[in-house]
Amino acid sequence: MLKIAKKDLASLFALIKESGELYLPVKVAEQTNFAAYEDGAEFDLDTLKSVKSPKDVFFPQSETLYTCKNEGKTIKITPEELVDQPFVVFGMKACDVGGIEVLDRVFLSDPVDSFYAARRAHGTIVALACHEPEESCFCKVFGIDAAEPVADVATWMIGDELYWKALTEKGEALTEKVSSLLTDADEQVVENEKTAIRAIIEKLPYSDLSLEGWNGDAVAEKFDSKLWNELYKPCLACGTCTFVCPTCQCYDIKDYNTGSSVQRYRCWDSCMYSDFTMMAHGNNRTSQMQRFRQRFMHKLVYFPANNDGTYSCVGCGRCVDKCPASLNIVKVIKAFGEKGE
Amino acid sequence: MQELITRAKELLENGTVARVLGWKIGDLPYNPEPAFFETAESLDKFVYNGFCGANLSKYMIEASKLEGKTLVCLKPCDTYSFNQLLTEHRVDRDKAYIIGVGCKGKLDVEKIKKTGIKGIVSISGAEADSACDTLEIDTLYGKKSCAYGDAMLERCHVCKGKEHKIYDELIGESRDTADKERFAEVEMIEAMSPEEKFAFFQKELSKCIRCNACRNVCPACSCRKCVFDSNKFDSAQKANVDSFEEKMFHIIRAFHVAGRCTDCGECSRVCPQGIPLHLFNRKFIKDIDELYGDYTAGAEAGSLAPLTDFKMDDAEPSIVNERG
Amino acid sequence: MCTEHKNENHECTCHTGYTLDTLIPKVGIITDIREETPDVKTFRVNAPEGGKLFEHLPGQCAMICVPGVSEGMFSITSSPTNKEYQEFSIKRCGMLTDHLHTLQVGDPITVRGPYGNNFPVDTVLKGKDLVFVAGGIGLAPLRSVINYVIDNRADYGKVDIVYGSRSADDLVQLKEIRELWMKTEGVNVHLTIDREQEGWTGNVGFVPTYLKELGESGQIEFGVNTISLVCGPPIMIKFVLAALKDMGVSKDKIYTTLELRMKCGVGKCGRCNIGSKYVCKDGPVFRCDEVDELPNEY
Repeated sequence: MLKIAKKDLASLFALIKESGELYLPVKVAEQTNFAAYEDGAEFDLDTLKSVKSPKDVFFPQSETLYTCKNEGKTIKITPEELVDQPFVVFGMKACDVGGIEVLDRVFLSDPVDSFYAARRAHGTIVALACHEPEESCFCKVFGIDAAEPVADVATWMIGDELYWKALTEKGEALTEKVSSLLTDADEQVVENEKTAIRAIIEKLPYSDLSLEGWNGDAVAEKFDSKLWNELYKPCLACGTCTFVCPTCQCYDIKDYNTGSSVQRYRCWDSCMYSDFTMMAHGNNRTSQMQRFRQRFMHKLVYFPANNDGTYSCVGCGRCVDKCPASLNIVKVIKAFGEKGE
Repeated sequence: MQELITRAKELLENGTVARVLGWKIGDLPYNPEPAFFETAESLDKFVYNGFCGANLSKYMIEASKLEGKTLVCLKPCDTYSFNQLLTEHRVDRDKAYIIGVGCKGKLDVEKIKKTGIKGIVSISGAEADSACDTLEIDTLYGKKSCAYGDAMLERCHVCKGKEHKIYDELIGESRDTADKERFAEVEMIEAMSPEEKFAFFQKELSKCIRCNACRNVCPACSCRKCVFDSNKFDSAQKANVDSFEEKMFHIIRAFHVAGRCTDCGECSRVCPQGIPLHLFNRKFIKDIDELYGDYTAGAEAGSLAPLTDFKMDDAEPSIVNERG
Repeated sequence: MCTEHKNENHECTCHTGYTLDTLIPKVGIITDIREETPDVKTFRVNAPEGGKLFEHLPGQCAMICVPGVSEGMFSITSSPTNKEYQEFSIKRCGMLTDHLHTLQVGDPITVRGPYGNNFPVDTVLKGKDLVFVAGGIGLAPLRSVINYVIDNRADYGKVDIVYGSRSADDLVQLKEIRELWMKTEGVNVHLTIDREQEGWTGNVGFVPTYLKELGESGQIEFGVNTISLVCGPPIMIKFVLAALKDMGVSKDKIYTTLELRMKCGVGKCGRCNIGSKYVCKDGPVFRCDEVDELPNEY
């Protein structure tokens, strides 16, 4: 176990930045989101949750895949260069890391998405334990321990010091690079912090949420439930929940005409949007109820069916915090639980 | 609140209304959701408190297509939106039974959290019939408190007034919450240099994630198909392909709702990134007031808006040159 | 990209034609255009240097894109046994297909694929009697299988093809049907059109009705060794399945294809997700008893 004084974090970040890009929570106009760290930027390690999950470090909201240019009677296709330089993400929470594991199951399964894979291969994740979990958190329900994140490096912010522990080879390599700033620390301090965090987690209102009945085999009974007709009603059909979510991975592929060429880019999409499944000859999900149902069925039934029971939710609670109509996955799970469906 | 529930039950049971559109109690102290209630028993979950900020008038577009009347609970500011939707023939007055509900200012949990309060377990003082000026908040990290005014939504600080502009009956008391000059923020921005203005909006709008919550919640955005949902348009809904597009979306939207926006503040309330979107609309309102005389969209159903009406003494387009 | 079978040129050694990433297309050149019907054209596509863009299996699809217009998934209508080119029969019905219909021989498009699964020509279908039931443009995916079966005639039993369309002018691949399919031994083609038409001497009536007549009169036998392959508009599929049920055909002996909106083609972008399946990757070919297990959202 190593440590660094909180006041020296700026030096630590500067040192990390010497060997590659550094992404960390940055406050811009009162809101904290993960962004590439630039000199003078206001980093914010106190806000528990960034508005958007840090998934966009690996799966950007918008990225060019290739560029097409008409050249006489043919088209010149230039694939976008893959990320080939190492970078560091600092301050991801245990739930955010869990979100990346969900994305891995999608993008690293055959056929591998090389754009995502390149970022994963070159990124080192430094996770930060949740010093003070909040009432919308329910990562415990998905077996995630906010007190002890599992990443390349795990860190804890305790008092005026950041405790640092490398967990993987990548983590060791990063630790080596910044070792001049780290000093030996007492493991017991961190153990006490973990105990304190876990005690708070036990008291969180959603920690006892039951996922009973939600699994890959529950397709018919959940899909056919009449509850969806009630639950979806306040839904505004916006994409807030999907865009702040660390596990939502649906995307669209679109063209951007630059005038001299066509950039084919991919961007986040939302199953909540009316045109998501629209085809020239029709749409198989015409109502918001169907689209609303799809989002939760996918996270709690279809995804587990394809991924050894793993849910596509990590309990970060961002949808709880951000839904304009105060809907969220917890209310859906509870509604089914109450009705015994 | 009990009076409201009792009356709603009465109207449901005597067949005046087929359903009640109100708010359902949440599972946290601050997250009630808009809900339709069709039976008297279901009203046990009805709630009306300081966190019922959602403007229900837009839900009446869909409710107007249903069989029978819908009892809808509207706060004073919501009635402006309802009137505007009536003016635009998007809701059916005969399908609505409007109970004007009292309002003492609506709360924004984000504001409470910004004061450093976290781990909220319970909040007292947010009840509709409570007269207290302080919220007592129990948290996992101890007891906290927050002045009611400090937790209020921005729009309540510039409240248009306690008066309901359309209703069938009124239940509950309202209080004056306006303690700020409505156009002060706009004037502050007007006073900036062009570079400062650009930097201000650049910073704010760079946070936009194109979730479309502002558009979808907006009672003035009631087009059956939005121009941003067209796949024939390069600027389709989901992502900003370049840094200009995020501004374009909001600027176009502001133009589209100009003269029809009632300044209900829902756009700013729902923005997950806390962008003060109301500033665009309020700037238009201020300009319209200055150029065409005071006009409040939704104050009166059926009123002719300055931008859709023509008068001989209307401002000429050349005004642009004079204003710079 | 299949990381396990990649050679130094970033090409997968097991998936022929896979390059750096499956989302990055190849350039295809339109080398022939046949006007099949007033709104259907068959496009022949070759690699710029000649030859095929990739190898595929019967029933698989590919993403065709006109940069700046749109991209869409189309079934490959030519058989893998065709060693020279790939063909796509495309009906004009939207922004992309409207544009494709304006293209000329020699014009470039981009193509990526092949995507999806295929009709089990080398396993389940082998040695079986086959009944193909198609409506309108639904012949496109089945044509790939039919020509594969004809080219490997000895491997399969009796073949019946029931094909119908709105009118005689809307039947696609009529030349090939008459000159190849009808002349192949053991292959019976039963054509039908929805309404009477001058000069038409064949059957008149909807596909499901005709299929039932053929079955009940013994012209087509649905034995334990018969597999049916059904493709067409959803309403036709619905009634064909009902007709087959009436004739005692069990669902595990029927294959069909599903069509949902697709973008990525590799089961990741999410829009063709239905139940635990992704139509672009786990489909488009499904056995009908498998379809029954999916949520009713197709």
